[in-house]
Amino acid sequence: MTATEARVYTPGEFKEFDAAGETFLYLVPAGAIFQLDETSRLVLDLVKQGMPHDQLVAALTEKGYSIGDAEEIVHELHMSRAIISADTKPEPVAEPPADFPLMTLVLNLTNQCNLSCQYCYEFGEDKVATPEGKPKFMDYETAKQSIDYLLASSGERETVHVTFFGGETLMNFPLLKQVVTYANETAAAQGRSIDFSLTTNATLLTPQIVEFLSENKIGVTVSMDGPPELHDKLRVFANGKGSYDIIAPRVRALIANHKTRPITCRVTLTNGVTDVVRIYRHLKDELGFHEIGFAPVTTSPDRLYAINEPGMHGVLKQFHILADEWLEYALRGEMHGFSNVSDTMAELYQGVNKSHPCGAGLGLVGVGPSGDIAPCHRFVDSDTHVLGHISTGMDKEKQQDFLGRGHINTKYDCHTCFARPLCAGGCHHEAYVRYGDTGHPNLHYCDWIREWTETCLKIYGTVSAKNPAFLEQFAERKAL
Amino acid sequence: MKHMRPLNRKAKRIDQFVASLDEDVVALQNPGARPHVPMGCALSFSPGWEVDSGGGTAGLCQPVERDIYDCYVTCFWPAQVPDHLNNYPDWASKCAVATKDWRKLDLVYP
Repeated sequence: MTATEARVYTPGEFKEFDAAGETFLYLVPAGAIFQLDETSRLVLDLVKQGMPHDQLVAALTEKGYSIGDAEEIVHELHMSRAIISADTKPEPVAEPPADFPLMTLVLNLTNQCNLSCQYCYEFGEDKVATPEGKPKFMDYETAKQSIDYLLASSGERETVHVTFFGGETLMNFPLLKQVVTYANETAAAQGRSIDFSLTTNATLLTPQIVEFLSENKIGVTVSMDGPPELHDKLRVFANGKGSYDIIAPRVRALIANHKTRPITCRVTLTNGVTDVVRIYRHLKDELGFHEIGFAPVTTSPDRLYAINEPGMHGVLKQFHILADEWLEYALRGEMHGFSNVSDTMAELYQGVNKSHPCGAGLGLVGVGPSGDIAPCHRFVDSDTHVLGHISTGMDKEKQQDFLGRGHINTKYDCHTCFARPLCAGGCHHEAYVRYGDTGHPNLHYCDWIREWTETCLKIYGTVSAKNPAFLEQFAERKAL
Repeated sequence: MKHMRPLNRKAKRIDQFVASLDEDVVALQNPGARPHVPMGCALSFSPGWEVDSGGGTAGLCQPVERDIYDCYVTCFWPAQVPDHLNNYPDWASKCAVATKDWRKLDLVYP
């Protein structure tokens, strides 16, 4: 018997799913999605218990396939690793190159905020920031150095991104304006361009600011938690008064007058603020946001505002309602505003297979008012997580330590999970707050992530089968 | 691939990879032109000698009798088989299937 005839096939690592009456495979180590036909389904069925090549070909010829066709299908499935054999070498996720070019810089223009949202990771009980004795507002010199650092560290990229963040970003609007001017000039001199965005609580928006944002094509994300009775639970001023009435008219004016970019909303779900569908309807239909994304609060499970397990179950149930709606829209060729699906579709379209959960410390860094470089905006002003200073650049050793711990290869719990190409263990900051280690996989939401990933795979499969052209628009959407 | 339809970018790359395993290597030729395959067993890339493109050995010259036609018909190789072109055109006429009828091939005596 030859080596090939004796080769025993077993199923490769994949997630099989059905949608729209078809069967699909999500090949996990690659992040690839395939639609199966009757023949490939048959082969996968046959190799479930392990089967040698010659028996497999014989079984297929018995079903009426010619030897040539049988050999061909086995070859296809073997080479694409839908089925594997003992000599299939696993390919571990590679290390990113040491000189990975920077893509996004998050500038925390200030660490001050005019709201006192009780769940804020920056000032809440679980904060990682240690801002004592550090500047509260970034100065122009630090901001300029940061832009220079971004352009110098971004390799050949033609367009790079700057995200303005806080504290409350607009408490340092004068600096924001200066930075936009400086960054545009400096980038243009190099024949490159910079794309801007900011996150704000919307309390300080004025017609002049909105005009500036629109003119400069600055993308805006508003942090807002829904209708007044939900929003005002935790998004309050220092005196405890809710902020809804202040921001609602400003948000309406922003959406009406900022015409150059879609305006998105970012909702933090907390205990008692879990009515996702109602929140979505309010923000989408009554206020007019283009897209709305939801995330549960990052916190220790002991906090009163943490969402417990039954609470998360309820959230997921409501996510499904919006996901079904997203699919109906997609089949009609319309884009629904539920970002949680759209973002995952973009990642599935690319077939991402992440070495790290996000670009933090790799293609993205945060810079605080003091000029300290942090893995991302959530770690800004934390002495424990500082990766360097804008005047001296990145401390490569610290960066390697951070990236080494966050790499999927070190997260053993993830190695049998089909959702790892997209999740890669989840947010570094969430992991630090929960487990005290940025490299710890976020095991508290595994089931939730898996269920959500499967939901999105089914949506992807259904759209592929019924309206494939719709997926093309995700080619340009940012993934990862 | 015939039996797995690629649906995302990564799947398309795998599809191209699998297709590339079966393609001829065509260097310095106009797109669309077929490679020139000379006759003769040493130059034509017909399977039969060592391993297939995937490193396997199934479906090659097994049993070895199959090789007879590679030498006798497609590639005259006087050291091993009779000369099909001029002197012994009927040498294999009784041997319809080499794997079964190889015993009907006899020696020739010039």
